[in-house]
Amino acid sequence: MKRDTLISATNVSVHYPISGGKLLGPKPVVRAVENVTLNITKGSFFGLVGESGSGKTTLGRAMLKAAPITSGVVNFNDGEVNYSLSNMSSKELKDYRTRAQLIFQDPYAALSPRMTVRDIIAEPLEIMRLTSSREETDKRVREIAAKCRLNLEHLRRFPHAFSGGQRQRISIARALVSEPKFVVADESVAALDVSIQADVLNLLKEIQQEMGLTFLFISHDLSVVAHICDHVAVMYFGRLVETAPTRELFNNPCHPYTKALLSAIPSLDPDAKNLAQKLEGEIPSPTNPPPGCKFQTRCPHAVDICRRDEPQLESVGDEHNVACHRWQELM
Amino acid sequence: MTRLLDVENLTLDFDTDEGRITAVDDVSFSLEAGEIMGLVGESGSGKSVTAKALMKLNASNAIYGQNTKISLNLADGPVDIMSLSTAKELQIVRGGAISMIFQEPMASFAPAITIGAQMVEQLLIHTSMSALKAQEVSIEMLNRVGISDASTRFKQYAFELSGGMRQRAMIAMALSTNPKLLIADEPTTALDVTIQAQVIDLMKDLVKDFGMGIVFITHDLGVIAQTADSVAVMYLGRVVEKGPVRQVIGNPSHPYTQGLIKALPRLDDLDSPLTPIPGDIPSPLERPNGCVFNTRCSQFLGSQCSAEIPEFTPISHDHMVACHIYQQDQKGT
Repeated sequence: MKRDTLISATNVSVHYPISGGKLLGPKPVVRAVENVTLNITKGSFFGLVGESGSGKTTLGRAMLKAAPITSGVVNFNDGEVNYSLSNMSSKELKDYRTRAQLIFQDPYAALSPRMTVRDIIAEPLEIMRLTSSREETDKRVREIAAKCRLNLEHLRRFPHAFSGGQRQRISIARALVSEPKFVVADESVAALDVSIQADVLNLLKEIQQEMGLTFLFISHDLSVVAHICDHVAVMYFGRLVETAPTRELFNNPCHPYTKALLSAIPSLDPDAKNLAQKLEGEIPSPTNPPPGCKFQTRCPHAVDICRRDEPQLESVGDEHNVACHRWQELM
Repeated sequence: MTRLLDVENLTLDFDTDEGRITAVDDVSFSLEAGEIMGLVGESGSGKSVTAKALMKLNASNAIYGQNTKISLNLADGPVDIMSLSTAKELQIVRGGAISMIFQEPMASFAPAITIGAQMVEQLLIHTSMSALKAQEVSIEMLNRVGISDASTRFKQYAFELSGGMRQRAMIAMALSTNPKLLIADEPTTALDVTIQAQVIDLMKDLVKDFGMGIVFITHDLGVIAQTADSVAVMYLGRVVEKGPVRQVIGNPSHPYTQGLIKALPRLDDLDSPLTPIPGDIPSPLERPNGCVFNTRCSQFLGSQCSAEIPEFTPISHDHMVACHIYQQDQKGT
């Protein structure tokens, strides 16, 4: 583990058993995350992108110990504590919950309609017993609310009185009130209008710098990731296919899947038509994937070796890794 | 090209427990056959309500304005949609001359009925086909929208299809009655970008082949730029700017349109900061007087903006904006 790494995953797999299969044979599993290794540097805004079903949410939850880690190691080290997530006591887990938090996608579903905003934000403090008096709780709630640009008057109201953007600011305040070190933001702006999305993104960035947070920002939207993250990992079918510093990834994408994703983003220029590299074919079945590269069924460049051997991440340049047999030829 | 749809002074209120809410306020636009018109705006801007009004599909508490005129030009003469009232009359347009595809394909198919049975059912309602012929047409349509092994898919349920395939099946179903007008309400929003690109291509192909008009509702200006010929930008029930897509996106003239474009994260410019539009869209119960955007406008002029509703001013041929600031700039120069 590198010195400035806050959280790292080493060969992490998450498999979910499903029903079916032969009576005495092996139980079929869905390999939601398969053999993923990544390091998140302290203070970074780390983006995780991929289509629905790529395993990005599961990986994010595994790093919060909210999904079962089948094999591999997740290590968390913030300078004060050092935890290995697959092997921790319940006391350590409780402590880890104060240090690692999650912001959900849908601000309409994530907030209890029967609690006031003050109670919603105060709940983590009360459950984790981080404050000793009601006055102290109120003070912490007011501080974080101000940081998230919520008025004092808002605290007395119920979530239904707020718009989508305001609700997402309440969710953010709740996640940050325990002063975590590591925050997983799972599609936190996907449900918002563009005009509001920009506001929430700016807020996340501001707070990150102010509180020295480390973010794992999960998103399907590459243009959002490009603007807010300093490092990006692209997932496909439970595997990492490419990781790089943001600019490097966008200027020099090496994996055919990354290239296809980038070109599929609709441009504001009506004349930029037909530049998109169209992906044909279907995503393979998660219970019965083909051998070799999992992208072969949609890849326009697949050859024999892609159908036989699974590519491993290899270095392209400084901090830039790609898992593709043919990236050099395709440059 | 022939004029397919004319909407004049569409005004639509909803009578709710909390009072009367204006959802659409004096909206006019027209559409040619073979044209794709984008309708853009934030949630709450009234774009879906406008589209549903074309089929009088809004809830029973909807009150249409006195001067509202919607006319659909079909081969055997124009149809005045506002004059249709019984379910039987409305069937001419609902699912007949006008089809609609929705945002969430999983929620739009009945989960316990096969895709095929649902496609056949609507053909039997809207056409005089026999059941056998309807099945043939449905399978052919599924093929046409790029679903492989269509006769197997025909017998499957919605949950057995992937998201992209479901949306294709939805499009196949909408087009099988050979509508003159297709309303697409956020058809790609729930899809991954790679699948979205496929669906956009498909819709453009279909317009070419079938020559129908499409009203394409989305909040994504990038999708509009890639699909639409013309665009109308809506805010709080009013159209604030409209025109050919190149002009509106290339030379946005309403502060709201400008704000939408500035708030969009762009891949070709990673350095420019994201600029949100300040404030939130006001509650429809507290509609601002004058220009509806005046409470969030960064170039607010004062009493003029908060008292007078701005008229449409032409910028260039067909490109219109409803903004006092633009009008004043024109007078000044």
